[in-house]
Amino acid sequence: MSAHASHAPNRSGLWDYLTTVDHKKIAILYLIAGGIFFLAGGLEALLIRLQLMYPEIELVGAKTFNELITMHGTTMIFLAVMPIIFALMNAIVPLQIGARDVAFPFVNALGFWLFFFGGVLLNTSWFLGGAPDAGWTSYTTLALNQYSGRGVDFYVLGLQIAGLGTLIGGINFLVTIINMRAPGMTFMRMPMFTWTSFITSGLILFAFPAITVGLVLLMFDRLFGGNFFNPDAGGNVVIWEHLFWIFGHPEVYILILPAFGVISEVVSTFSRKRLFGYSSMVFATALIGFLGFMVWAHHMFTTGLGAIANTLFGLATMLIAVPTGIKIFNWLLTMWGGQIRFPTANLFAVGFIPTFTIGGMTGVMLAVPPADYQYHDSYFVVAHFHYVIVGGLVFGLFSGLYYWWPKMFGKMLNETIGKWNFWTFFIGFHLTFFPQHFLGLMGMPRRVFTYLKDQNLDMGNFISTIGAFGMTIGTILFVINVVVAAKSSKRAPADPWDGRSLEWAIPSPPPEYNFVQTPLVRGLDALWVEKMAGNKGMTPAEPIGDIHMPSPSFLPFLMSLGLFVAGYGFIYHNYVVVVIGILATLSCMFTRSVKDDPGYHIHEDELEEKGVKA
Amino acid sequence: MKGWQQYWRQFSLFALLALVLTGCGKDELSALKPSGPVAAMQFDLMKLSSAIMIGVFIVVMAIFTYVLIRYRKRPGQQGIPKQVEGNHALEILWTVIPFLLLIIMAIPTVTTGFALHKEYPKEEAVQVKVTAHQFWWEFEYPDLGVASAQDLVLPVGKKVQFVLSASDVKHAFWIPALGGKIDTNPGQENKMWLQADKAGIYYGKCAELCGASHALMDFKVEVKEQADFDTWVANMKGVQAKEPVTATSPLAAEGQQIFDKSCLGCHAVAGKGGKMGPNLTNFADRERVAGIKAHTPENIAEWLKDPQKIKPGNKMPNLNLDDNQVKALVEYMETLSVSEKK
Ligand code: HEM
Ligand SMILES: [Cu+2]
Repeated sequence: MSAHASHAPNRSGLWDYLTTVDHKKIAILYLIAGGIFFLAGGLEALLIRLQLMYPEIELVGAKTFNELITMHGTTMIFLAVMPIIFALMNAIVPLQIGARDVAFPFVNALGFWLFFFGGVLLNTSWFLGGAPDAGWTSYTTLALNQYSGRGVDFYVLGLQIAGLGTLIGGINFLVTIINMRAPGMTFMRMPMFTWTSFITSGLILFAFPAITVGLVLLMFDRLFGGNFFNPDAGGNVVIWEHLFWIFGHPEVYILILPAFGVISEVVSTFSRKRLFGYSSMVFATALIGFLGFMVWAHHMFTTGLGAIANTLFGLATMLIAVPTGIKIFNWLLTMWGGQIRFPTANLFAVGFIPTFTIGGMTGVMLAVPPADYQYHDSYFVVAHFHYVIVGGLVFGLFSGLYYWWPKMFGKMLNETIGKWNFWTFFIGFHLTFFPQHFLGLMGMPRRVFTYLKDQNLDMGNFISTIGAFGMTIGTILFVINVVVAAKSSKRAPADPWDGRSLEWAIPSPPPEYNFVQTPLVRGLDALWVEKMAGNKGMTPAEPIGDIHMPSPSFLPFLMSLGLFVAGYGFIYHNYVVVVIGILATLSCMFTRSVKDDPGYHIHEDELEEKGVKA
Repeated sequence: MKGWQQYWRQFSLFALLALVLTGCGKDELSALKPSGPVAAMQFDLMKLSSAIMIGVFIVVMAIFTYVLIRYRKRPGQQGIPKQVEGNHALEILWTVIPFLLLIIMAIPTVTTGFALHKEYPKEEAVQVKVTAHQFWWEFEYPDLGVASAQDLVLPVGKKVQFVLSASDVKHAFWIPALGGKIDTNPGQENKMWLQADKAGIYYGKCAELCGASHALMDFKVEVKEQADFDTWVANMKGVQAKEPVTATSPLAAEGQQIFDKSCLGCHAVAGKGGKMGPNLTNFADRERVAGIKAHTPENIAEWLKDPQKIKPGNKMPNLNLDDNQVKALVEYMETLSVSEKK
């Protein structure tokens, strides 16, 4: 005890954020960084759609267009929605399980900075001679040196650094959820969002190593003449596809499962009912996670794997429709008999249901291999995955943000702007992507920078671009809403929505130690249980006492910066820079290992006013 | 209210769907207008699976709409709704029904899948070897002893067995109106069969991102009556066996000289020339210049002056020809025909 500092180190502003290991502040960092990348990816999407507004126009040109689609896909998946999911997980999961912190606060910060520097590295390619242009899937041989420029090196190194961050972030959440639950919080009492975060973290643990291996091999091919994927030297191009999709398919479930979690929370709260079929929801989530690993080859039906492989992977893919269907019907039945309110959070959740259903339906259609020979690599597929990723995931994220904003920032988002945000985005979305199903069937391949005048593809493309304006307006409205909320002086109450789970039991925003006293959990929907029992808040599971906190640290930032520098060394074949960067990272690791930092305590008498009193 | 708005939105989307399905898209291009058995089988599967899925969607939307209207919170509503844990019977019901629906889809999936992967020997099918290049297509008929580029010529009503590969990066071979696609992998061979039931022109596309001009990697499929096809093969063979046609005018002769000097290194005409670029033996018979532009002297001239402008990133260099040279070349190239033509 005597070794511990007795006061929180006094830090503020930027320095505070650069050194923080508090999961709630890391959540905000993830949200800001992810938000900025989302705007960048959105701008790229808008340029793509403008180029395709009319046939045979020249707005950005062929090469830039390929850079735009590559960066749009890569940015959205790895740098926008992934971190926003991590933002919500960081902000909410520890609160929902009644924990004071995550298992490894230092690793948590490291995870963020690795992701951030990886993303920045990737995006600097725009200014350093051109972005990657081989598609976000970077299929070899197109992604080899002979056929594409330095941009792909940025892709390879940026994603490796960012991917490391995601991997350790996932591990941190696995351990947190297994080890840090409050007394009484059994697995089968965990809120759905925590469950889906848990399974998502498990998928990250198994999926990210596959892409890392793939990226390392590609890096060897590109930088050191490795020839793993070069058919002229005995390499094999199909191996890359397998490695990519063994990661890539689970990745889409990594993305969608937390959205399912959000929808479950929001629909249940705003119907004032517990989630219908909770245990089947848990089971369905786990099953989807498992099946997600078994079906990667459905991205490769046209690669030439043969009838038997295609049929088996096709049938396995169809099976995923069953647990997904269970979820949809459980949500509907959760609302059945409830008292449904429609604040913006619930509008997005309710809008999610039919939209995601359409995405799921086309998914089943795609799982029929002989028919997929027509759909594959056409706009039908573009429509499908946007129905799932935007109509599912982005709707889910918007819903979660409107729902948890007061908890994260202590301010409410404006409902009027919120409703405009929803309707413009929702209508714009369907206008953009619904016609693309037909464009695909009418013969439009994906990733084309133009299409010819005489092929009847004009109208669908035009409507699609108009829709993209709608989505743009929706997104801008959200940004405006954030600014309005930040400026407003009205503070959000602790429990604005009549919530059911633990995060609503503490003030908004939560104090740095979350719970003054670890709560005792007495059932599913822990707070609701207490409300129904007529209690004012949670029953504490421990007496009030000093709270131990981890110290802030600048090391995560420096360690990631080291790898960032080394990344440029690799890209420009300057091995002195590589060594400097790696040494910087290693010496930070060394410092961290030998320096004994036991953290500090917040004393009992400092707690008072803010916390929940039992 | 909100529920109704939502319902009508979905409803009109599906009205639109019905409208489009009943006949949009260009006959030569659309997968919705199958012109051969492969595309027809695939179209049947699409119809079956979308019918089942739309059925499911209607059920979901019916419950959805009902719930949103019926259970909206009303002003002054008191009390707390009953907290229902679940319902085993219902949960089993919506596990089992989708399962049965999937089985209905699985059966034709398996049978069609294997039918499409059959391989036909040369007694039963025309054999065509396809090689994809950045950004053009090479077609060889090994059993018939002829080769062409950009225009794929096929006999009507006969199975065609393709063997496909790529010389540089991965591409994908797709003729939507005749059947779904297959990738062309560098260093490997893939197989696929197709058949066209109606004579005419169809559009083919590259479906895998393959570099700057991926979008422009189109080709034409010319399906001819058997007799016309046989004539075409005979003519091609005749021309390919001998020296290039002798020029028909002084201007063409001048063009031929330039061609022999500057172009033959990459392009084959008749029996001689390189294989870097498309074989031009039957250039004048082609529908399109470079696979995309209308076949007019102006477009040919434009291509010759600056190939990069029309297809960015393609491997044909700018030969810095002056206007007269271009004119002569166009004149010569318009004589490269194997038919009694146009
Ligand atoms: C503003 C909303 C968006 C619009 C208008 C939009 C539009 C597009 C377009 C036009 C393409 C190119 C399709 C092609 O030819 O291959 C595309 C590709 C893609 N989009 Fe989006 N998109 C949007 C949001 C998103 C989001 C939020 C995500 C992911 C979370 C996403 C993920 C992707 C992916 C993975 C690709 C494939 C990229 C590739 O083919 O390499 N998009 N998008
Ligand atoms: Cu191609």
